[in-house]
Parts: sequence; C-alpha cells; structure tokens
Amino acid sequence: MRPAGRGELESLYFKYPKFRFRRAPELTGASDRYPVVVAGAGPVGMTAALSLARQGIRSVVLDEKDTLNDGSRAICVSRHSFETLQQLGAVEPFEHKSLGWTNGRSYYRDRIIYRLEMPHSDQERFFPMYNIQQQYIERFLADRIGEVPDLIDIRWQSRVSGVGKSADEVTLCVTTPEGEYPLRARYLLAADGARSRIRDALGLRLKGENLPGHYVIADIQMDHDFPTERRCFFESVANPESTILIHRQPDNIWRIDWQLGGHEDAAQAIGEERIRARVQSILDMIGHTGAWELEWWSIYTANSLCLDAYRHGPVLFAGDAAHIVPIFGVRGLNNGLDDAVNAAWKLAYVLNGEAEETLLDSYTPERRGATLDVFRNAGRSSRFMTPPSRGYSLMRKAALQLSLTREFTRRFADPRQVAPYTYRGSPLTSCVMRDSEFCGGVEAGDVAVNRKIAEGDYLLDHLGCGFTGLYFTQKDQLPDRILALFVRLAEIDRKFKPLLLASRGLQRRTFEVIEDRQRNIFTAYAAADDSFYLLRPDRHVAARWVSVEPDEVEQALLTALGRNRR
Amino acid sequence: MTDKLAFHDLEKVYDRVAAAIDDAGPANESLFLCKLCLLLAHHIDDLSLIEDAIATAGSDLHV
Repeated sequence: MRPAGRGELESLYFKYPKFRFRRAPELTGASDRYPVVVAGAGPVGMTAALSLARQGIRSVVLDEKDTLNDGSRAICVSRHSFETLQQLGAVEPFEHKSLGWTNGRSYYRDRIIYRLEMPHSDQERFFPMYNIQQQYIERFLADRIGEVPDLIDIRWQSRVSGVGKSADEVTLCVTTPEGEYPLRARYLLAADGARSRIRDALGLRLKGENLPGHYVIADIQMDHDFPTERRCFFESVANPESTILIHRQPDNIWRIDWQLGGHEDAAQAIGEERIRARVQSILDMIGHTGAWELEWWSIYTANSLCLDAYRHGPVLFAGDAAHIVPIFGVRGLNNGLDDAVNAAWKLAYVLNGEAEETLLDSYTPERRGATLDVFRNAGRSSRFMTPPSRGYSLMRKAALQLSLTREFTRRFADPRQVAPYTYRGSPLTSCVMRDSEFCGGVEAGDVAVNRKIAEGDYLLDHLGCGFTGLYFTQKDQLPDRILALFVRLAEIDRKFKPLLLASRGLQRRTFEVIEDRQRNIFTAYAAADDSFYLLRPDRHVAARWVSVEPDEVEQALLTALGRNRR
Repeated sequence: MTDKLAFHDLEKVYDRVAAAIDDAGPANESLFLCKLCLLLAHHIDDLSLIEDAIATAGSDLHV
C-alpha cells in the first residue's frame, strides 16, 4: 500500500519500468515445443531461467504483469544466494547496490541484550547477508536475462489461464492483450508465487499451519545515521506490546516491521494514519528526530505451509508456489532461489540426455526437506517473536529479563538465520562411510565453502557449470590414474571440470591448477595428498574421499545423476 | 536418586522461595518462578532430570 494520492507504483526512489507486450510466434500459428516454460518472472522464476541458460537450455518465461514487484518485500539476500548470482553472471549490480551486513542487536526494554554476529572472515568474497529491495533484485535479474535473448524468451503481459499435462508434456493456455495461444513444453517450472494459478489449476493445496499474529512492514525514507544491522526490540518502553525489527535498505529507505497486539484489528491497523502514528512512536523510541517520508507498507501473517510433493510429473514447483515460510529466518527468497537452481540443473541434465528422468525424483526430498528444516527453525523463532500462549509469554519474559545480566539466555534472541540446508540424506549423496573418514572439512551434502586465493580471487570463482572435481595434491606430477579418472568422469558429464589444488607447483598443467602453498584450501576442506571432493553444479558436496578411489568416484557421479539403480 | 542437598538446606530453599514469591507479589510471581527455573536448569547437565521434575511438578495439581 502507498500513501493517499500516490499510485501503486509511485515510489520515492524506484522508477518502475513498463515492459511491452511482444507478439508471440504462437499467436500466428507456431507450435514449437520448448524444453522448459517457467511461469512467473519473480526472483525465483528468473533465477531458474538463468540457471537453465547457464546449462545451455532454452526457456520461455511468462508473467502476467507489465512491470516489477510493487514493493520492497523480500530484502535480505544471503551470501549463498550471492554466490549463486555470481555463477549466473548477475552479481555485479547486486554488489554495487546492496548493503552488506554481519551484525545485529537485540534490545529488551530498550537495553541491549544480544549482539548477533554472523560468521564472516576475509576468506569470503561476500558478506553473510545483504539488504536490497525486491524490485532491484528483479530488475537486475531481468537485465541479465536481456543479455541472453537466444536462450531466454521472457514474455510480459502473458497470463497462464489453463494447464493441461500428460506424462511427458505440458500445454498451457496463455492469455495476452492480443488474444490466447497454446504453449507446449516438455517441463513446466511453476514459480508463480504464493497464489500460484498453476497450483490451483492442478488441484493442489498447500498444507501446514497458520501461526497466530499479524505483522506490518513499512518502508520509510529518512536520513538516519545507523550502521546496516538488524535491530530487534522486545517490549520497548514506547511499544511494549510489539516486537519491532528495523533494517536499513539502499536509497535511505528503512524497513520497520512490527507485530500487531492481540487486540488490534488488522484492517484498522493498516490505515495510513495508524501506520504514520506507529512509525512516529518507533522513531521517537530510537531517537530519530528528523523528517521522514512514508514509502510503502504491507501486512502479513507467519505461515508454515507447503505442498506434499514439489514435482507432479512434468511440473515442478519452486519458491512461494511450493512453500510459504515465516519471514524471521529470511529463507523465503533465499530458499526459493535454491529451489530454482536445484530444479534447473537437474532438468538440464535430463534434457541433455546425461541423466535419467529419475534424477528429478530427488527434487522433492531435497527441496521440501529444506522447507521442513526452515519450519523447524522458524517455528522456534516465531514462538519467541510471537508467544502463542500465556506460558510462552512468561517464559519469553523470563529469558529476556535474565538476559539483562546473564549470558546463557541471550541466544533465545538469536533470529536463527539458518545456513543452506544439507543434502546429507539425499539419494544423490553417496559414500557416507568415506565421508566419515575426514576430520572436519565440508561434509557430504553440505555446500562448498569459499576460500581466498589472492586479492579478488576466490575458490568458488573457479567452479565449473557442471560437476567439479576438487583434487588435492602435494606431488609435482599428476598420477596417471587421476588423469584416467578425469577422462571417465568427462564421459559421464560433458561439463565435468577437474580443479587441482596443489600445495607444491605441478609440472604438467593440462588442467586448471590453484596453487595452495599456504594450505589454506587444504585446511578448510580437511584435505590431505590425494583427497577428492565431487561438487554438484549447485556447489553441494556429492561425495568426498580422504584418499581418492576412482571407481567409487565414478559411481558417485552416476548416483548424483540419478543413474545408478542397482 | 540420592539427595544432593541436605534437608536443612532444603528447608532454607523452602523459606527463601516462599519469601521471594511474597516479595514478587501476585503480578510477578509466575515470572519469578520461570526465571528461577531457567537459572536452576542451566546448572543441570541432564535433560531427563529436568523433564522428570517438570512432569512431577505438573502432576496432582488438582488433587
């Protein structure tokens, strides 16, 4: 919502583009079948299309809007998501525009009780978290899509008005300003948001629980001198009934997020005057005396809802179309991007004939598993942010009061901004016995960690777009059996990239070598001479060996492609 | 389970908690007891002991 007198897209800082309708060839009789159609040009849909393009797969993206998202909405983008954006060749404008941050402060009765410090070091290319408005996220992704017109055909003002599917094809009815047309696809990626038309058309329903409580988010523009940190206020003297969150965004925009009291009527609470009064009382509390302008506001509830299965034959659901999570863990957008990447590389390998369709069976366990993990964490966060009963209220107050003088209860105020989900239990992850031979490093199923090689040069910059094999060596010659292994792996995955980590100079350099004389990467991966990590296209570890076993590596790659059915 | 605290010390706990509940007053007595639970639980390294205590304290409340 916007203040009276301003249109839905009249922003104080963002100029909304208007995307033209371009006549689709299907309107004049073309009936090509596309490898993938993506429904929804939000952050998830566009990331999926770019991830497919990265694997050389063409797609059509449909969206009924003629512009970008109408408000800032999802503003926290994680390091892991930035690493994904980097792989998609899209990260530069994000780095330029976003505000990176590492810390947070929680207050109880206006006294600081907890300092959030997210893991960060000079080994990382990116901050643990970035704040940026969703319109910018979408604009930068749309700009990147504009650079690959041969691979991504993005069609604005094109609404999916019908869905028909068989075992191996989807036919959509697309409604446009110039009429309807049928659109055929081998696969459909439904990233059409919380009110997914495709979900409804297939008769599917989100299941789970609606948590109690309403929250308001309001964006204001003001000159306010405070670092980019997450500020959280419990029972502030000025607003004792609400938990309040404050985040800085680019363009002098500040996000204020508060919970409505139990007696407050949601419809009344979002009237403009009430919003202004509430914002002013919160600004008084933080000591801001200057002018401010109201930009935009919205209301939401904290829900934990998801589909029972994220894949239905040739249709894969991603992002809010598949799951609605409470915002406290900032996993809505970030997990949506992970869905997109996960679906995209698997579809690409199936479409390229390098994997059986059974590979797609792993999509639900991996990505629905990630959703359920968020539910577990967000459930705890939500119960703390919004105590659902008198017992929870008392225990929260007890923990907060003790936090004034005692360290041990302060962690209750941690927002649990969870790390990427581990695919340890995935059917694509194998050789767990080999995994347990390591002391530390990056476990099978976990996502690869970054390490600095030189100024502006990091390990993850060097990964391939297919599977990557990290081979650690302390010798000056590459053993013949390793050369043979690389050949075998490249026969299974044409995009396979060997990446050698050498603690001494390697003599023969047929493959890319990273010199790691300080053993910095060796240490992070708990590697010894002859260790091997098999990384998936989404940077998760498929399997690893302290001392490489070529036959097992080959089998692990087949397993990670859904190809072993022994 | 053996008694860790001598009975004469337990008697002191009895008196002190009673006095502290009175000091807290009806408005804050529940909060006081919640804080006390967290503080005491923090010194116990066996979750099952705490869970047993919660179950025992919760039983026979309506006798």
